[in-house]
Amino acid sequence: MTDQTPLNGQAVPVPQPAHFAFDEESRAEIDRTLAKYPPGKQASAVLPVLYIAQRQMGRVTGSPWLPLVAMDAVADVLSMPKIRVYEVATFYTMFNLRPIGRYHLQICTTTPCWLRGSDAVVAACRRATGIKGWHETSADGLFTMSEVECLGACVNAPIVQVNDDFYEDLDHDSTLALIEALRRGEAPPPGSRAGRQNSAPTGGPATLTTLENLGPDVPADHPPAFGTARYPNPATLDVK
Amino acid sequence: MLSDQDRIFTNLYGQNDWGLNGARARGDWDGTAAILARGRDALIEEMKASGLRGRGGAGFPTGLKWSFMPKTSDGRPSYLVINADESEPGTCKDRDILRHDPHKLIEGALIASFAMGAHACYIYIRGEFYNEACVLEAAVMQAYEAGLIGRDACGSGFAFDLFVHRGAGAYICGEETALLESLEGKKGMPRLKPPFPAACGLYGCPTTVNNVESIAVVPTIMRRGAAWFSALGRPKNTGTKLFCISGHVNKPCNVEEELGIPLRELIERYCGGVRGGWDNLLAVIPGGSSVPLLPKSICDTVLMDFDSLRDVQSGLGTAAVIVMDKSTDIIRAIARLAHFYKHESCGQCTPCREGTGWMMRMLDRMVEGRAEPEEIDVLYQVTKKVEGHTICALGDAAAWPIQGLLRHFRPEVEARLAAYAGRHSLAAA
Repeated sequence: MTDQTPLNGQAVPVPQPAHFAFDEESRAEIDRTLAKYPPGKQASAVLPVLYIAQRQMGRVTGSPWLPLVAMDAVADVLSMPKIRVYEVATFYTMFNLRPIGRYHLQICTTTPCWLRGSDAVVAACRRATGIKGWHETSADGLFTMSEVECLGACVNAPIVQVNDDFYEDLDHDSTLALIEALRRGEAPPPGSRAGRQNSAPTGGPATLTTLENLGPDVPADHPPAFGTARYPNPATLDVK
Repeated sequence: MLSDQDRIFTNLYGQNDWGLNGARARGDWDGTAAILARGRDALIEEMKASGLRGRGGAGFPTGLKWSFMPKTSDGRPSYLVINADESEPGTCKDRDILRHDPHKLIEGALIASFAMGAHACYIYIRGEFYNEACVLEAAVMQAYEAGLIGRDACGSGFAFDLFVHRGAGAYICGEETALLESLEGKKGMPRLKPPFPAACGLYGCPTTVNNVESIAVVPTIMRRGAAWFSALGRPKNTGTKLFCISGHVNKPCNVEEELGIPLRELIERYCGGVRGGWDNLLAVIPGGSSVPLLPKSICDTVLMDFDSLRDVQSGLGTAAVIVMDKSTDIIRAIARLAHFYKHESCGQCTPCREGTGWMMRMLDRMVEGRAEPEEIDVLYQVTKKVEGHTICALGDAAAWPIQGLLRHFRPEVEARLAAYAGRHSLAAA
């Protein structure tokens, strides 16, 4: 399913690091993750542990991706045959099998986004980054552009996901502005670029206007801050 | 028109706190122990009486699905798995539940699990919803700390664990058995049925897979009663539904309305109408990318519920309404969906693996007009060779949009082919 070969169809061998070992932070997260699944079913943790490996690569090298040695480490931790881990890592699109830039621009071009102008968003990304094809990284190493299928925020189309965050209701100019802000090292707030509240219609909701006592206002720390898990993964609790 | 008092998702737009304090102010977690005290059978009967049909696309009656779970354990545990792998193009309703009303989902998970005798529940959330998963995890944490779930959920004596599991970018994992495979740590490839998950699901144990919205409406149904819920909507299509209206409307949005609302009213009342006015409407995909599109003539009068849309050879699906005005290249719109299914086919069944590529390539040529008129029939035949010949419904989902295009817009395709042929015969002359 995952096609991460460059556009010319020639798979370029990816230079692979020689070693990978989970660091302390990752090991603690793996322990919390494994507790979610019944004894003997630790293979269930393969997706989360692959994420943990990919995030550690991002932490350590600045590029979250999965070299072969990291997949081997995942197989080792979960007592799985390596091939089973390779199968999974290559099946799901969110694992990067080659290094990527600091900002992964994941542009949705599926029909709902296309109807709302994703072509202009793609053009703006190309113009601002100088990237020509998909899965390519800009010369400065800052940006990688990927075409993704429906991101599941269609009433806020068109959408670009940058690393973990959704930028919504984009057009050509707001996309250029977004990329320039990222280039300056800023952390633009995710969400709508049309100034509306999440999935409510522009100009304010037409429903839910007559109810009282719907609870306190949105806490200041919501939504989660850019690119970080504001709410740490509580994983599982000792309740068995 | 549905009144605000009858809306279930009162924090749909995230106007207020998603956390436990906000949820309690909106009525969540109110008397949950008393609901559980009614007993398993009573809860399942209440669900059956509500008429709730699954909100994930297929529309199977939820109470009936729950009743398939074993009443007594043969030693194997039972599981509830909640499908939050929302990936159907056009659909973005579960996202709002996950990030703005997570406690409705958590409370629903407890009640549903209790009704089915499941002491553990997994929520499988699509990987791209990273921030939504963080909010959900935080809400689960709150529920544990407040004793609402855990060893003694709500003081009922019922032990209940809830775990959040993130997917990693595969539409096919929205198919229930592919989801279970993925949750077991494998590639998301659907399983043959039977055995159905209720007999042999997660880890070979009895399992029910329900959509996020189906579970999140459960607490409100239990509190207000099946009679209230079934009085909304139309017979056999009861209750309220989250609609996602995207594409060429003036104000795309999510909104909760009664099932059976006329499509035109939905668009004009809540979305500021079609861009350029109703007469500028070309077509609507009424239930997410997998269902056949409807031309304007049908949109004028059709009602938005399972049976009304089935009667016009389409479907309610996930109630994701994709609106296209007359500026749309309808062939390209459907060709892009063909790309989607080609990309998302898991590759297990030959008709789908090969057929999605065939259909995509033929449609790509037809977007240009670079095809012979006879190939329109060939394309239709290919869709018929894929439909119904695969393990899961992805093959059907890939075929139906194309069948809808050919059913309603064949003259447009023929005109495109003729225009291309005209240009090229001139060039040759």
